[in-house]
Amino acid sequence: MTGAVKGRKVDWGGIFLYLFLTLFGLLMLAPLVYMVSTAFKPTSELFLFPPRFFVQNPTFVNFRDLLLITGTTSVPFSRFIFNSILISSCIVGFGILVSAMAAYPLAKHNMPFRSAIFNMVVLAIMFSPLVVQIPQYLLISKIGLINTYWAMILPYIAAPIGMFLMTQFLRQIPDALLEAARIDGASEWRVFWTVVMPMLKPAIATFALFSFISAWNDPYPAMVYTTDQDMKSLPLAIQTISGGYGIVARVGTLAAASLLMIIPTIVVFIVTQRMVLQTMAHSGLKE
Amino acid sequence: MSMNREAAATAAPLRKPGKWSLLWSEMKKNKVSYLFLAPFLILFTLFTIVPVFTSVGLSFTYYNILEAPRFIGLSNYRLLFVDDDIFLKAIGITLKFAFITGPVGYVMAFLLAWLISQIPQKYRFFYTLCYYTPSITSATAMSVVWLYLFAGDRKGLLNYFATQLGIIDEPYLFLQNINSIVPVIIIVSLWMSMGVGFLAFLAGLQNVPKDLYEAGEIDGIKYRWQQLLYITVPSVKPQLLFGAVLQVVTSLTVFDVSVQLVGLPSPLYAGHTILTHLFDYAFIKFEMGYAAAIAVVLFIMMIGLNRLIFNWLGKD
Repeated sequence: MTGAVKGRKVDWGGIFLYLFLTLFGLLMLAPLVYMVSTAFKPTSELFLFPPRFFVQNPTFVNFRDLLLITGTTSVPFSRFIFNSILISSCIVGFGILVSAMAAYPLAKHNMPFRSAIFNMVVLAIMFSPLVVQIPQYLLISKIGLINTYWAMILPYIAAPIGMFLMTQFLRQIPDALLEAARIDGASEWRVFWTVVMPMLKPAIATFALFSFISAWNDPYPAMVYTTDQDMKSLPLAIQTISGGYGIVARVGTLAAASLLMIIPTIVVFIVTQRMVLQTMAHSGLKE
Repeated sequence: MSMNREAAATAAPLRKPGKWSLLWSEMKKNKVSYLFLAPFLILFTLFTIVPVFTSVGLSFTYYNILEAPRFIGLSNYRLLFVDDDIFLKAIGITLKFAFITGPVGYVMAFLLAWLISQIPQKYRFFYTLCYYTPSITSATAMSVVWLYLFAGDRKGLLNYFATQLGIIDEPYLFLQNINSIVPVIIIVSLWMSMGVGFLAFLAGLQNVPKDLYEAGEIDGIKYRWQQLLYITVPSVKPQLLFGAVLQVVTSLTVFDVSVQLVGLPSPLYAGHTILTHLFDYAFIKFEMGYAAAIAVVLFIMMIGLNRLIFNWLGKD
């Protein structure tokens, strides 16, 4: 694509492009770099004046504090990590299975109400699930799931965006392979597991990325559905460490906790990025 | 079984009785398809479709969880739009916020994706990571940085630099001053706005067929901006629409950033959005009927704005 406008000896446009992208990129990364730097600062550097951006004598003391001290509660920090990992992996795991199973007939079968169901899913992308949180809460409390892991998992499994992406991705895959398997006498269930699932891999990776990020970062479920301290999730625990909004207390420990929280999302993105871009090419909406 | 009833209901005015049984046998033949769909549809119905209708129903009642809901007609809505000054203020703040972050974030995401698509494949990943990473961080985790950056004493990074440069004499209370609360929330949200839409643009832009550009050159396109306007944008229209829908939803649901930075309630409600108002009534005051009315208003705003965008962008 760069070849479209060339011919001059010095490509000033190109140099300017790289310069701009790099400078702006570094600006975007600056808050994250600052967080990493703070997480490794010893106490003596945290409250220095004038404030310093980079750490001088890095230390792991903040991370040790995080795991040892439990703050105002009697629950160890590792419990929150465990809760978050459990909840997020259930949402991702069940979500993939349920959405892939639904995407298969929506993309490849021809039954009544197919487009009605698909349009309903597209409509659901157009509003935030946050507007239906009151009935969700009432339902969860009526069936007695408050203070259970299920309360924080069930409402988030059927995610419209992930399901939409899977269906769109599956649509552009040729039917020939499915037909071949069917001629060999495979049942639909078998076709789904041996043909559809392997082909869906990029879409599954994308689904995993998006649903992991939203599940991992979302403080609501634990805030609304739990009252027990030991059921709380990581984002909520971090709020507790900070001592409420607007207070800058225990900056070092807080930065360490925040860093621990951000690392998994970045790792998941790096692992899935190639497949994500492959899937997102089919994300287009049409009237 | 509910499928059957639904089928009959929608088909009734259109089809003669003989066609019902045709539809029914058609559905029975596709039993397997529905079995595949069942887990998703059950969860989706329980946690999305039914709640939408329940919200509408609850919005006409007084309901505090302890007593049974009591029907009070349109009182909640009257209260919202006539007497609740804070709600009107929240609508103003939400719209002000949405009309700035929405378009700015959207255009920024597209332009950055376009610039990245101009450089060779092997360097793209680094830049994608730079711009996408902020959107996958959580507002909670990042609050440690923002609170320090915008801190109101001389130790706040921004205040420190501003005093050093001689722009201000004494520290400015970014997070307490009602004039700076919304701009701060906007800046932080823009920083986080290169999300799913950005990836969709990036993917769409990488897949614009090369021969379109070659054809464009033959037709006399000389500059990159012409290329962008006449070839690139039309080719990625479906992705643009998808990104726009997501942008509308995210810019109308400011909550995390506001609560993390300025609290709930914020000073003089200067950072109060529709969603914080909803949360306040639903899970702090437990006035579920009133909160449901707020949710319905927000729901209508989102769907309405998205329909508008579909009409704008969706036409070929």
